[in-house]
Amino acid sequence: MELKTLIEVGIAALIKSGLLIGVLLTSFAYMTLAERKVVAWMQVRIGPNRAGPFGFFQPVADGIKLFLKEELIPAEADRVLFILAPIITVIPALVILAVVPFGPAIDICLPATLTVPFEWGACYKVPLAVSDVNVGILFITSVASVAVYGIVLAGWSSNNKYALLGGMRSSAQMVSYEISMGLAMVGPVLVAGSMSLQAITLSQEKLWNVVTQPIGAMVFLLAVLAEVNRAPFDMPEAEQELTAGYHTEYSGMKFALFFMAEYIKMVAVSAIATALFFGGYLGPFLNDVPSWLAGILGVIYFSAKTIFFLFCMLWIRATLPRLRYDQLMRFGWKVMLPLALASIVITAVFMAIAG
Amino acid sequence: MFELVKGMGTTLKYMFEEPVTIQYPEQKREVRERYKGRHELKRYDNGLEKCIGCSLCAAACPADAIFVEAAENTDDQRYSPGERYARVYEINYLRCIFCGYCEDACPTEAIVLEGHYELSYTSRREAIFTKDQLIVPSPEGKPDTPQKVVPGVFTRSVPEMKDSL
Repeated sequence: MELKTLIEVGIAALIKSGLLIGVLLTSFAYMTLAERKVVAWMQVRIGPNRAGPFGFFQPVADGIKLFLKEELIPAEADRVLFILAPIITVIPALVILAVVPFGPAIDICLPATLTVPFEWGACYKVPLAVSDVNVGILFITSVASVAVYGIVLAGWSSNNKYALLGGMRSSAQMVSYEISMGLAMVGPVLVAGSMSLQAITLSQEKLWNVVTQPIGAMVFLLAVLAEVNRAPFDMPEAEQELTAGYHTEYSGMKFALFFMAEYIKMVAVSAIATALFFGGYLGPFLNDVPSWLAGILGVIYFSAKTIFFLFCMLWIRATLPRLRYDQLMRFGWKVMLPLALASIVITAVFMAIAG
Repeated sequence: MFELVKGMGTTLKYMFEEPVTIQYPEQKREVRERYKGRHELKRYDNGLEKCIGCSLCAAACPADAIFVEAAENTDDQRYSPGERYARVYEINYLRCIFCGYCEDACPTEAIVLEGHYELSYTSRREAIFTKDQLIVPSPEGKPDTPQKVVPGVFTRSVPEMKDSL
């Protein structure tokens, strides 16, 4: 590949990933505030409103508190793994969104004064995904599985038998629901004929996938709730009340990283759900406006759909009680897996008939 | 299965109802009628103190929080309509359990638990409330104790239990 193209792509990727990380971290912070306020309003009370207007600076206050907490490492714990475990959990959460397209490709033309000395082309068509690989779905499932390692290592390296049990239970839960999640993702791949998320989004121009595969969409949304350890599947989080849980021995910044991993995974899987089943960035007026406005509109549609799913996750958390561990496993293997397989079979039959 | 959706509908409906939160300290809730807050030493309508220094409240207190030292009344310097008055009256709020036994034991209805609950102090010395912090001010237009009275009016050692003498 030419050096020029390499540098162009590199700079674009750097800028996009910088923006993505910035947006993800801010959305994580305000997701914690949104959770407290939305769950509070559903419980007929007001959430935090003291740390700034409408509690706007509450995440800042929480962040400062976590920074200043004492970092404890238990005496007999495996130091390297103990410090590595939250990092292994957080990085996949941040990286998953690299393949998701946030909007249609926009045309960016650099001003003439900038490009003339380099004699490079002035106009680029920039796709709004950090890097749209053509095996996007495979990338998502494989990176999501790496996060399970982080939890197992956290449970093991804490040198606490209850943390070990908590980590084992959590990883078993995540692994069982990953199967249903992966199978549910096969439906849109069949319809689009490609694993690239850009192609899947574009294949929904006439009809969103949720209309043609409602079972697949429901299975995906529930499996993804269990994947991020979110209510009503939040056994690992709630085990602080029961036994321990994989993040018992963690304090301060390492604990903040675990929480960050969970909320960022929530945002990421909501984004993936909109890209796979709800038309991604597609919406009215995208083809009739100039490309920079289409880019902005696409991002707005995508964000609106993602925010709707995040709200639904908070709504479910405020309403439903927690599932017991055996109920959870039974649900994952005996209900979700057959439904996901059924959805694939039905979609494949329709695709074969309709062509 | 359908109950799940009904439950979610209920939660959504509650989201739009007015919250029941009371924003303390800007808004405060009214105390109930018999709320047991901080004590007050009451007076009669003519300005004399009701407390006659009998220390029945100190005897009744299960937490040993009250300290009373009595002194004799003279008609020149009369604090209460009985034979004695409380010269030193202290309640230690680090010991008080707000049970109200002192209020039940008092023969003249002098010590009463009122509705003041914002009691925070920064040292142990500050937690001991003395008589001048607990006594209510004289009613409108009436002189403060000690009063100079006409001899022969207040002859009972324990006055009658009514508000105006």
